[in-house]
Amino acid sequence: MAPVAVVLISIGVFFMFSGTIGFLRFPDFFTRMHSTGKSDTLGIVLTLTGLALYNLDHGLTLASFLVSLKIMFIAIFWFAGSPTVTHAITRAAFKSKIEPWTKDGRSVIDWPPDKEETK
Amino acid sequence: MRYVLTFIILFAHWIIWSGIFDAYHLSLGVISCGIVTYTSHSLLFERKEFRAVHIKEVTRFIKYFFWLFYQIVLANIHVMRISLSPRMLDLIDPRIIKFKTKLKKDISLVTFANSIILTPGTITVIIEEGYYYVHALDRKVAEDLPGEMEDRVGHIFMEDRHG
Repeated sequence: MAPVAVVLISIGVFFMFSGTIGFLRFPDFFTRMHSTGKSDTLGIVLTLTGLALYNLDHGLTLASFLVSLKIMFIAIFWFAGSPTVTHAITRAAFKSKIEPWTKDGRSVIDWPPDKEETK
Repeated sequence: MRYVLTFIILFAHWIIWSGIFDAYHLSLGVISCGIVTYTSHSLLFERKEFRAVHIKEVTRFIKYFFWLFYQIVLANIHVMRISLSPRMLDLIDPRIIKFKTKLKKDISLVTFANSIILTPGTITVIIEEGYYYVHALDRKVAEDLPGEMEDRVGHIFMEDRHG
């Protein structure tokens, strides 16, 4: 079980690493929320799953099984909590009229766009 | 019925978190779960009757969750590629897109909004008068909206039949 755990943790850490890189490189508030709020969800879930498996590696007893179950509960709560927090922060920024960084200066467009616009 | 279900769920949580199985701790659990069930049974299950339809909703939701996880992995790789690319500023085209939704129930609006946020590259900024304001990182992730995900969410909560 340990090799699987190591692979999962490594992939998870890599996702979180790329999220941090994105946070440093993206140009404005909204795009930065993309990389911090979300690369982390997959990174956290993979890392915690890896930890839960690694914990089971030292003998499958009831106590260690319960600990692994609790670790998986952290992952589930993270899955529910992280998008809510991201939404709350982004909504606050939108309400306080922070202008998103755009290429053509139109920050809000209707979707799907008309045919002429896509050209 | 909902008393029983709430009690079972609470007591399962008690056992998981405590991890001690002697009579003293288990009886404490029964007492406290009983009190919490009595005071707040209506929080967990709003409806009073349970029909087969609701179980179907749960199974559909679990199926949807696996599909969503697959989408999250795909989109995560896409965003990771953008954020690590040396030509990052050429690749992104961020803006807020505004589209009308056909979902009506609160629970499906919430599920859809959370799914949009969980999929990297898109954040639900605000929902106003049936319109979703979504911040999208580039055109590719914006083109997937509302699309298949909205249909699937509508399908879970049976909005495709009753409107």
